[in-house]
Amino acid sequence: MLETHALTKHFGGLRAVDGATLSVEAGTITGLIGPNGAGKTTLFAMISGFEEPTSGTVTFAGEDVTRESAHKRARRGIARTFQIVRPFAGLTVRQNIAVGAYLRHPSRTDALRKAEEVAQQVGLAPQIDRPASELTVAGRKRLELARALAIEPKLLLLDEVLAGLNPSEIRDMLPVLRSVRDGGITILMVEHVMQAIMSLCDVVHVLAQGVMIAQGTPDEIARDPRVIEAYLGAGAAKRLEAARAHA
Amino acid sequence: MRQERLSLVLSVGLLAGLAVVPLVTAANTVLNFLVFAMILALAAHGWNLLAGYAGQFSFGHAAFFGVGAYGGALLQMRAGINPWVAFLGGIMLAGIVGAVIGALSFRADLRGSYFSLVTLAFAEVLRILVNATPATGGAAGLLIPLDVRFANFQFASRAAFYWIALALVALVTLLMLVIENTRFGAYLTAIRENEDAARALGVDVFAEKIKAMTLSAAITGAAGGLYAQYFLYLDANIGFGPWISIEALVAPIIGGLGTAAGPLVGALALQMLGEMSKTVAGRIPGIDLVLFGLLLVLVIAFMRRGVVGQLQRLAMARGGA
Amino acid sequence: MMFSPEIVMAAVLNGVMTGSVYALIALGLTLVYGVLHIINFAHGAMLTAAMFAVFVGHAVFRIDPYAMIAVVAPLFFALGYALQRWVIGPAAHGSESNVLLVTLGLSIMIENALLAGFRSDTRSIDVPYAFSSLDLGFTFLSVPRLVAFGVSIAVAFLLWLLLARTDAGKAIRAVAKEPTGAELVGIRVEHVFAVTFGLGAACVAVAACLLMPTFYVSPRIGNAFVLVAFTIVVLGGMGSIPGAVLGALFVGVVESLSGLFFNESLAQLGVFLIFILVLLLRPRGLFGAKA
Repeated sequence: MLETHALTKHFGGLRAVDGATLSVEAGTITGLIGPNGAGKTTLFAMISGFEEPTSGTVTFAGEDVTRESAHKRARRGIARTFQIVRPFAGLTVRQNIAVGAYLRHPSRTDALRKAEEVAQQVGLAPQIDRPASELTVAGRKRLELARALAIEPKLLLLDEVLAGLNPSEIRDMLPVLRSVRDGGITILMVEHVMQAIMSLCDVVHVLAQGVMIAQGTPDEIARDPRVIEAYLGAGAAKRLEAARAHA
Repeated sequence: MRQERLSLVLSVGLLAGLAVVPLVTAANTVLNFLVFAMILALAAHGWNLLAGYAGQFSFGHAAFFGVGAYGGALLQMRAGINPWVAFLGGIMLAGIVGAVIGALSFRADLRGSYFSLVTLAFAEVLRILVNATPATGGAAGLLIPLDVRFANFQFASRAAFYWIALALVALVTLLMLVIENTRFGAYLTAIRENEDAARALGVDVFAEKIKAMTLSAAITGAAGGLYAQYFLYLDANIGFGPWISIEALVAPIIGGLGTAAGPLVGALALQMLGEMSKTVAGRIPGIDLVLFGLLLVLVIAFMRRGVVGQLQRLAMARGGA
Repeated sequence: MMFSPEIVMAAVLNGVMTGSVYALIALGLTLVYGVLHIINFAHGAMLTAAMFAVFVGHAVFRIDPYAMIAVVAPLFFALGYALQRWVIGPAAHGSESNVLLVTLGLSIMIENALLAGFRSDTRSIDVPYAFSSLDLGFTFLSVPRLVAFGVSIAVAFLLWLLLARTDAGKAIRAVAKEPTGAELVGIRVEHVFAVTFGLGAACVAVAACLLMPTFYVSPRIGNAFVLVAFTIVVLGGMGSIPGAVLGALFVGVVESLSGLFFNESLAQLGVFLIFILVLLLRPRGLFGAKA
């Protein structure tokens, strides 16, 4: 579905992302994790067309989209959410979602109907005619998801869609994300909430200091010494190993 | 009451009331006042589409007012085109100039204050050029020959002209109400509120902004064309001067930014204030603009959504959902 | 057209001196932008107001324009402080477009109040030293412009010293970088914003005193200057003080050299065209992503 090859982004002298190669299989939920400042958001921005890579390629459904603008990629079926959720203020929840729905449904009636459908799917139906600015953080996260779903994407890029939620809100979101995947939409998600990654993802990629350091199933990743070191610092894996041996 | 409903009711009420004024009085001062208010309302509608709906604050709408005015006048005087057709030609020219300025500015990704500044500079460039070019009448200005015939877009009765201006305002108001309920309108609002989010949802932000700017410029150009046909005289400061950029901006802000009724409400309010200041203070230059500036600051500070927004709040407080 | 090296050299010198006054105006603009992250649209109107203040000081009270620095600089500092603290800040409710509209409103008010008070005539003042000059051998250097150069550079240096070496400067820099953080450690952000705005206003006030001996004033004169200043600030990088000074000297020299080739009426057009070109062609990200 999606492949990046040797994707690299320099900001001045800083290599935010350095030769990142990853592939996302259709029908999966793929996780992208890494310590803060690893370059996850930059990688996302390059996949969705918000940043142009310094070098490397992005291939979506077999076609090279590396230099294509963000809105064209959205039309191809790449949807993304933003880490900082900002609903279109002054519009209701329904109108917010409709902005996304208009992409495939130019008529207002159809777009509003589609918006209602998506609101049902993500559990925003009760608030559908409330101003979006009245939503709680959890509500805003759902709205962010709903807007992206409304463009009827093939691939959904989720940027920390669970961040800032409390454990019970996270528990409520997990089945929603699974139902999205079961509906045939491939998901690539950046996430810090490990519990979610472990329970949702089929494959996890790990990015540290701009470099892809590991990939595998969640279980494999959790045991990978390189990953542990990336998160906890050099030598951490050995110390952990030693601690385990002593125990 | 929702904003669109309120705008519809308010617009229909105001326009209907305004339409019968010539039946009640034929006083020149009243009709002059109203024709001018309609011209201003039209210019304000153009600005409001771009700023109120799409969030791009132009400080140079005089450019489009001037192109509409000069375009119409020059097409009939120099090319011998029928004034009605020339009027439409002026509108089209204004639209084209809007598209070009928009394409240049948005291609360079000028947002916020930078867009405001660059539009101001474009208007000033046009003002200086027109002022210095003999073909446009230079500093002496342009006098459209008086030849009062319907075919010439010149009328013996002020009422006739007024009704045409009023009809144009009604048409544009209707257009705005329609736009509010289309994909185009939704996209403009999305761009205003969060450009990146709009882009992620497949909105071609550049193209939508250009569309908005072209339409906006054409509407303000129509105001310029009307001005030329009514006063039959233009100079660079009338056509391209900062006064019209300012009034086209202050009116919708007072009336209600991003509402279909705002420009008309604001234009009437501004005109009244201008007349009052002249009655009280006499013909001191600039005194009306001092008041407009003050009003602008006060509205932003205390009544951000303008008159329409305030009425809406009142309506809501009364329980009318 | 060719000019002798002496004439070109003289034009460059003149450009540097004009540029130094531009620098002062641009400094005010860039300082306010760098700290408050707003564009003060009333900057030009404030300059015009200060020039009229100098004019009145001379015409009514016979005060020398240079001596007026001692009057208008503190006066405009106070005015700027008050405007930001009690008008612009509260009215803007923290939104960029509101700041723009509020400062536009202020500029309309100031400009047209001056128009109402002084009408649209251009006015200048007569000082005995207006035409005195130094003989450099190959050219004559106008003394008032030399004074303008010296004072401008001195003010820029003082401003830099203030920002770099004093506690007040430290507070300003902290607020510029991290307003929330600054608030947390007990800096009164609103106060610092207002002080910065006041400093910006004081800069144009000094510029006005330096301009008046050789220049004229009319109610709309500020616009031309402020667009030059915007051009400089965009060229030099929004918020950068050295950028503003270097940009100003550069623009001054370019303007002076082009004055050799073009007539006066086209020069005004040139200012706007250059401004447009700089904005349209500026390298992306010259002043950050949030343009």
